[in-house]
Formats: sequence, C-alpha cells, structure tokens
Amino acid sequence: MLDADFFRRWMAATAMSVDREADRLTALDSPIGDADHGINMKRGFAAVRTTLEKETPDTPGGVLTLAGKQLISTVGGASGPLYGTLLRRAGKALGDAGEVSEAQLADALHAGLDGVMTLGGAKPGDKTMVDALVPAVEALSAGFAAARTAAEEGAEATTPMLARKGRASYLGERSIGHQDPGATSSALLVAALTEAAEAADE
Amino acid sequence: MSDDKLVGIVLVSHSAEVAESVARLAQGLSGSGTTVPVAPAGGRTGGGLGTSAELVVAAAASVDRGAGVAVLTDLGSAVLTVKALLTEGDELPDGTRLVDAPFVEGAVAAVVTAATGAGLDAVEAAAVEAYGYRKS
Repeated sequence: MLDADFFRRWMAATAMSVDREADRLTALDSPIGDADHGINMKRGFAAVRTTLEKETPDTPGGVLTLAGKQLISTVGGASGPLYGTLLRRAGKALGDAGEVSEAQLADALHAGLDGVMTLGGAKPGDKTMVDALVPAVEALSAGFAAARTAAEEGAEATTPMLARKGRASYLGERSIGHQDPGATSSALLVAALTEAAEAADE
Repeated sequence: MSDDKLVGIVLVSHSAEVAESVARLAQGLSGSGTTVPVAPAGGRTGGGLGTSAELVVAAAASVDRGAGVAVLTDLGSAVLTVKALLTEGDELPDGTRLVDAPFVEGAVAAVVTAATGAGLDAVEAAAVEAYGYRKS
C-alpha cells in the first residue's frame, strides 16, 4: 500500500529530476515552443516541494490535490493548468483514504489524464504530454518500472509527430523531428514513481 | 434595467501591457455614463509573459458585483488556466464564466453591453458575436 509519505517522496523526486533536467526541457522547447518549459516546471515543482513541507497533508489524495493546486498557481505556462489538473483530479479520485493500492493510483491517474485530455483537447498522436501519459497509465498495472519505460518510449515516439496542439502546432511540418517537451517532462513525473518506491525499500 | 448590478469583465493575456491596454480601450469605447468594472490580468505575477492564476483570481474578485463575471482570454495558457480554475477550484466567484470570444473585439462588445446593465448571458452573447464581424 502507498501512504502519504510515498506521495510526498514522488513529488520531491519529480522536483529533483525536473530541476536536474530543466536545461534539457528548455532546450527541447526552444525550436518548437517558447523556450520556457524547463524554467516553468522547475518553478512549479519547487513551489510544490515547499508547500508540501509546510502544510504536510496526511493522505495521498491530500498531497496530490495540494500539489496540483500549487502547479496551477505557480507555473505560468500551459503546463501549469495541465499538470495541475492531472494531479488535482487524481488527488480528488483518491479521496480521504490514508493508504491506497497501486491499482487505485492507476485508476486515479486515469481520471487525471481524462481531465487533462478534456482541458487541453489533445488526443494520442498530437505530440503532447498525452503521448507519454497514456501508455504509462496503461502500463501501470504491470508496475512502476513498466510505466516508466512506457512513458519514456512514448516521449521518444513524439519526435516524428506533427504537433497539433499549443504553440508548436503553428509550426506545422517544422514541428516534425523534435521530441515534445511536455511528453518529456511527463516521463520524468512517471519515472519519479520508481524513485519514490525505491526509497521506501531502503 | 431593473437590476443595477453590473457584470464584471476580466481580461487575461500573456502580456500585462496587452491586458491593461485592451481594458482601457474597451472602457474608452464604451462611452460616458456607467463605468463597468473591468480588470486586466496580464502576464506572470513577478512580471514576464505568461499566465498567473493568482492575478486572474484577484481580478475576478475585484470586479464581482454579484451579477457574474465574464472572463476573456488570449490563447494557450490563458485559456487553460481559466478553464482549470473553473473546473478544479473554488477560487473564482460564483457566476464566473469563460467567454469564447476574440480578445480585443470581444472585450469591447462585452464592456459596451455590460454598461447597459445587461446580464451575463447577454454580455457573453455580444462578445461571442464579435467573431462574426468580418473585416473584408
């Protein structure tokens, strides 16, 4: 079972990897976006980490809801409301339970992903974060490591795609050949699940 | 109009200057008389291009007179931030609505209509109708 501490470690691990990879995310966002994805995500998850240290919610749902709210407030780009909706919707789906199973987490992330797709209107194949998250959520039933691999492969698979959402979509065919920054940061979020789980085993 | 409460208008842009200028433009074109509560919410909190949920929430609170708030946005994160606040949160006043309209023309139409004392439905309809105004 996964408790609130697991979810705090998940958010902290995401904050660390986003911080580490911020330059890469911004570099990916330069040719097809507005070159702010790394700095935006870094600012957002740093705020998430600070808030979680200060407010210490004691349920998994509470951690994700607070994290999502913080992302909507602080990121400043489209990834704020999108990641915020993902986590906040997932947090609401987990309710007040003190511990949740991996299957419940998978269901909650599914609900969060539905929220993201409704909000942004993106479908698989549009070259967005959805392309990493859909295969990751599907693979979650096989464990965190499988989800991580699926998310990373999903992010890499965005390279030949034509962008159909966001600023990159204005570029048309020129968006082809670049890996999507949002799918890349989504893979970091999913990868952090394995780090949160490994930390529990130590 | 029987109801003296005015609909509030919030203008959300990636740029603080754009939001402020469009607010002034719309106020200026709405003529003398009733002053509609209009608030810009442009750029990020600490400056720079982007969208600040905090500025949007503060702007909506500042123009809420109890008759509803019409929010107009430019694009991308401005649209998504307002939608996320409407669907996920409770920070916006009751009767806040994202209006699907062209930013400049819609803002002028919304403010002019709100100045007549019209309700939120009529303000929204006027702003949406601005899409139909052809220029050539």
